[in-house]
Amino acid sequence: MRNAFLSELHDLAREDSRIVFITGDLGFGVVEGFMKELPDQFVNAGVAEQNMTGMAAGMALSGKIVFTYSIANFPTLRCLEHIRNDVCYHDADVKVVSVGGGFAYGSMGATHHATEDLGVMRLLPNMVVVAPGDPVEARAATRAVVAHSGPCYLRLGKAGEPVVHDQPIDFELGKAIVVREGSDATLISTGGMLPSALRVAASLAGEGVELRVLSMHTLKPLDDEAVLRAASETRALVTLEEHSVIGGLGSAVAELLAESIDVRTYFKRLGVPSRFSPRVGSQEYLLAENGLEASSIQGAIIDLLDRAR
Amino acid sequence: MTLPASEERAGTIGVDELARRIRVHCVQMTARANASHVGGALSAADILAVLYGKILRFDATKPDWPDRDRFILSKGHACTALYAALAESGYFPLEKLETFYADGSPLAGHATHKDMPGVEVSTGSLGHGLPLSTGMALAGRRDGRAYRVFCLVSDGECNEGSTWEPALFAPHHELDNLVVVVDYNKIQSLGRVEEVIDLAPLADKWRAFGWATEELDGHDTRALESALERVPHEAGKPTCIVAHTIKGKGISYMEDELLYHYRPPLGELLDQALAELGSPR
Repeated sequence: MRNAFLSELHDLAREDSRIVFITGDLGFGVVEGFMKELPDQFVNAGVAEQNMTGMAAGMALSGKIVFTYSIANFPTLRCLEHIRNDVCYHDADVKVVSVGGGFAYGSMGATHHATEDLGVMRLLPNMVVVAPGDPVEARAATRAVVAHSGPCYLRLGKAGEPVVHDQPIDFELGKAIVVREGSDATLISTGGMLPSALRVAASLAGEGVELRVLSMHTLKPLDDEAVLRAASETRALVTLEEHSVIGGLGSAVAELLAESIDVRTYFKRLGVPSRFSPRVGSQEYLLAENGLEASSIQGAIIDLLDRAR
Repeated sequence: MTLPASEERAGTIGVDELARRIRVHCVQMTARANASHVGGALSAADILAVLYGKILRFDATKPDWPDRDRFILSKGHACTALYAALAESGYFPLEKLETFYADGSPLAGHATHKDMPGVEVSTGSLGHGLPLSTGMALAGRRDGRAYRVFCLVSDGECNEGSTWEPALFAPHHELDNLVVVVDYNKIQSLGRVEEVIDLAPLADKWRAFGWATEELDGHDTRALESALERVPHEAGKPTCIVAHTIKGKGISYMEDELLYHYRPPLGELLDQALAELGSPR
């Protein structure tokens, strides 16, 4: 996703000189092409995320479309008040980009586990929150946040994620993509959990369960209509995210369902408990530790469907 | 477009009269609203008078003019002085100042941009103004625009790491279109600066970070004008003016008193303040 984002942004920046890319001194081996070709649109803020974010707002208020870029929690939580006051309050055209959402930097330790970012960004007024599901969505999301005037948060995986969409997609901020149709239950995925969601759907199909899979690439604004349609057309809803079960996709969907008096459904949030991982490990290891590997996801869906019978 | 002649604006009333009027507004707004922070507004009054009376290139009828000089009040709690300077400069009617702190008013107790022409950005949380200013200066430089960015910071917010991040960045990028004025009134929220987190030698710190730095008396309007009209003081370097000021300057009982970071002048004290400013009720 990171490479898809950088490649797409590089193309967009060639076309639009207002685009500025500010990195917090990260991106070794992947940002040099942009830096060399478009030096007037590139800034290395150094290891100083508060200044990176405040400067981005100042540049945006001077007519630029500014991307801030770093990894894990550094471009979000480290400089949160600068995002709130400088970017969001001024409705500045700043796109905050984090590479390594969730457990992408799993072995680096809990400091590098970005498992609260979506919830925190969702809380901020004026902020659009986007977590694409594969490199194709990452490219489309990059275009979409440039076209959208105002603050956006773009949460990316790292690199090497599989391509899910083998056909061109119709990508619109705030509109979920139905990646697989199904009538028994719906799995709503955000960010890099999408390939797992599809694996689970394929496996369940072998057991006669038709799982609908939504890629909810935009958490805010949420695609209420897609959620409510799934709640009325399928018997159970499960949300899936590489993020705390508090504040992110699961919370957004739960809030919607709880206030929709005509909707009766069975619902389960799959995500990370509100805790710091006691052990480090690979992304796959930590996902499994938190019940987010395919077999656990599948088991949770079957349990829910059993209750829904 | 042509710039409004600064001599004309200042010539109308003069910088010292503008400073006096700003102080009168600060005292009246603070008293009417039963608000805090009058001391830090009064310490900045002369700096704002010189900037708006003599230095800044702006057109109050076109607050979005792309080539305007930017003024960023990083010490947003001194907003009464900014609102007063803007009203006296023609951005909005003086009567609007009477709504400071009022229900439904855009005139918040910290500098607020919403529905406030001339207020570039909202501040109030310390340590935000200089990063914003640096971004504006960088954008202006890269776009080849001639505008300058003037940022007024308090001494207290020189405690903030986010003040020193851009202090490192701006000289590295040779942003000589950026000017910081430190309102060094030596008092912060809980006590004297030297007792809380000593900043001395403050000018040396900015100098060491790569800023062309000058110290002056922040109530000497001629010295301020002379220093500010010469920016950049060194080509390729941002400018820092360490302005030695007195908290509560102009009102005898407020001068150098921490109490007037908080207490509004009320009753007889308001009468005395206005009388000392030559505008008795």
